[in-house]
Amino acid sequence: MTTDPASRYPHSQSRNRHRILRRIGSFVSYAGLSLIALLFLFPFFWMVSNAVRSNTEVLAVPVRILPEEYQWGNFIEALVSLPFGTFLLNSFVVACGVTVIVIVVSCLSAYAFARLRFPGREGLLLTYLSTLMIPQVMLVIPLFLLVSKLGWINTYHGMILPVAFSSFGTFLLRQFILGIPKDLDEAAMMDGASRLRILVRVIVPLAMPAIGLLSLFTFIAQWKSFLWPLIATSGLEKATLPLGLTLFQTQQGTAWNYIMAGATISMVPGVILAIVLQRVIYKGISVGSGFGGR
Amino acid sequence: MSESAVAEIALQPGHPRHFLKLETQTAMLFLLPSFLGFMIFMALPIAASLALSFTNWQLISTPSFVGLQNYIKLFTVDPALYTILRNTLFFAVEYLAVNIIVSLTLAVWISSLKRGKAIFRVIFFLPTFTPTIAASVVWLLIFTPDGLADSVIRSLGLGLPNFLLSSSWAMQAVVLVTLWANVGYNVVMFNAALDLVPKHYLEAAMIDGAGPWRRFWRIRLPLISPTVFFATVMTAITSLQVFDEIFAMTRGGPGSATATLGFAIYQKGFTNFQMGYASALAWVMFVMIMALTILQFHMQRKWVHYDD
Repeated sequence: MTTDPASRYPHSQSRNRHRILRRIGSFVSYAGLSLIALLFLFPFFWMVSNAVRSNTEVLAVPVRILPEEYQWGNFIEALVSLPFGTFLLNSFVVACGVTVIVIVVSCLSAYAFARLRFPGREGLLLTYLSTLMIPQVMLVIPLFLLVSKLGWINTYHGMILPVAFSSFGTFLLRQFILGIPKDLDEAAMMDGASRLRILVRVIVPLAMPAIGLLSLFTFIAQWKSFLWPLIATSGLEKATLPLGLTLFQTQQGTAWNYIMAGATISMVPGVILAIVLQRVIYKGISVGSGFGGR
Repeated sequence: MSESAVAEIALQPGHPRHFLKLETQTAMLFLLPSFLGFMIFMALPIAASLALSFTNWQLISTPSFVGLQNYIKLFTVDPALYTILRNTLFFAVEYLAVNIIVSLTLAVWISSLKRGKAIFRVIFFLPTFTPTIAASVVWLLIFTPDGLADSVIRSLGLGLPNFLLSSSWAMQAVVLVTLWANVGYNVVMFNAALDLVPKHYLEAAMIDGAGPWRRFWRIRLPLISPTVFFATVMTAITSLQVFDEIFAMTRGGPGSATATLGFAIYQKGFTNFQMGYASALAWVMFVMIMALTILQFHMQRKWVHYDD
């Protein structure tokens, strides 16, 4: 301690110096992280910046950071002239459809696994768990054959049903239901409520945080989904937004500005949800960080 | 008298067998939707995929049984497989390492802040909530010849080629984009785990004279190691399946520099309509994922620390 130069100074002075050093340290820390965050946000800026240019300006050399002329009408143009409006609708129908099915099915099965006793429960639970390791591309080929045999190509149910039965939701909700006191079920049972009624009236309201998180992650996963819509559709009629973005990329004379407008539109729901629900997401992840949520 | 005590008495049933049977019946009904979905859209396709991998089905012809021929062809005749496997492993290993290092660094950095943690978390989380294809298309524009990336490289005098046109750099572009698009998930997860580390552990270590570096390696990392382990397993599983970025940005090119297993399965199945061959490839991927997961679970004993 005696070799520490700070100890040679009067006490208050050394404390002052420490405070100043800490201030500088914290400033450097914030500045560095802010710089990284800005670099991280740059692709979003680049997307919007190019969405409001003319297509010749997008590809002009040398590159300009800000547009020469702002064409805000590109967003409307993209929705009208290219069928991004249809893609938007399709994306919403598919993402909402899958989310509703996942929530209903997962609530039922999670309740059964958490509260009901039946022979072979543990074995079945383990089988469900092991399906989480199956890669999606492995299922895609036989699912395509199944869906085309059923004549479901280019239909909403063909896009929704095959991806709506992941067991992830069952585990997430089961884990949450296990934490709800059993007394509540038993009290309701005393009042003559059926199991379904207990599930709907007692468990579901209490499990709302977990159900909300599951809905959010399911919706976003479907909103982002590309491989299955690519295979379950042909042409533009039932294409979702991510698909639409690639369909225009291969046409001659790529309309980069419209594609950037379409990409911007496709990012809006996720950006809004991430900002509005950041507290919920963080809490959910921190409670269930053993679960993940892809 | 409390209500639960009443319930306990009432729940001593006169006919336990009937009661159990009813519960089993209810369970069956509750499980029916998920079980049906699981059988039709999971179990049946897995069985079909295995069966298909032993046929030479080309979609138009009738499938005929060819035994192990697809697998033999894969490993002996088809020279592309080794390129594809090398690309897949290269991507997975580099991406996994970079992802864990970057996300841990950012998470530790963010958790050291007094204010504004939430803002930084949201910023790094934003790309994980946006469609991968949209992100890939934006990066495709950034990497377009004479585009932004090229002009930055030129103005910095780095002398690098256009990433997407160079067979040695294209994969680095895919790693960069995948990292940008997905790293936020691990950042938020690690940040959450770090915030749960009890403060008095760190204070005790500080009193003992442990510097920040030592506090990280000796206290924080061991305490969050179960989360790091989980993230590593999940990131490895998803990185072996990488597809969207490659489809949108490179289509496996230039040449076959970015052709990975996920892309090759799609290409063989849905461009060349070799359903049998593609199914065999899918099983190779499955075996790789299983092997890697088992390996990681095996290695966790060496570095994952469980409190209980």
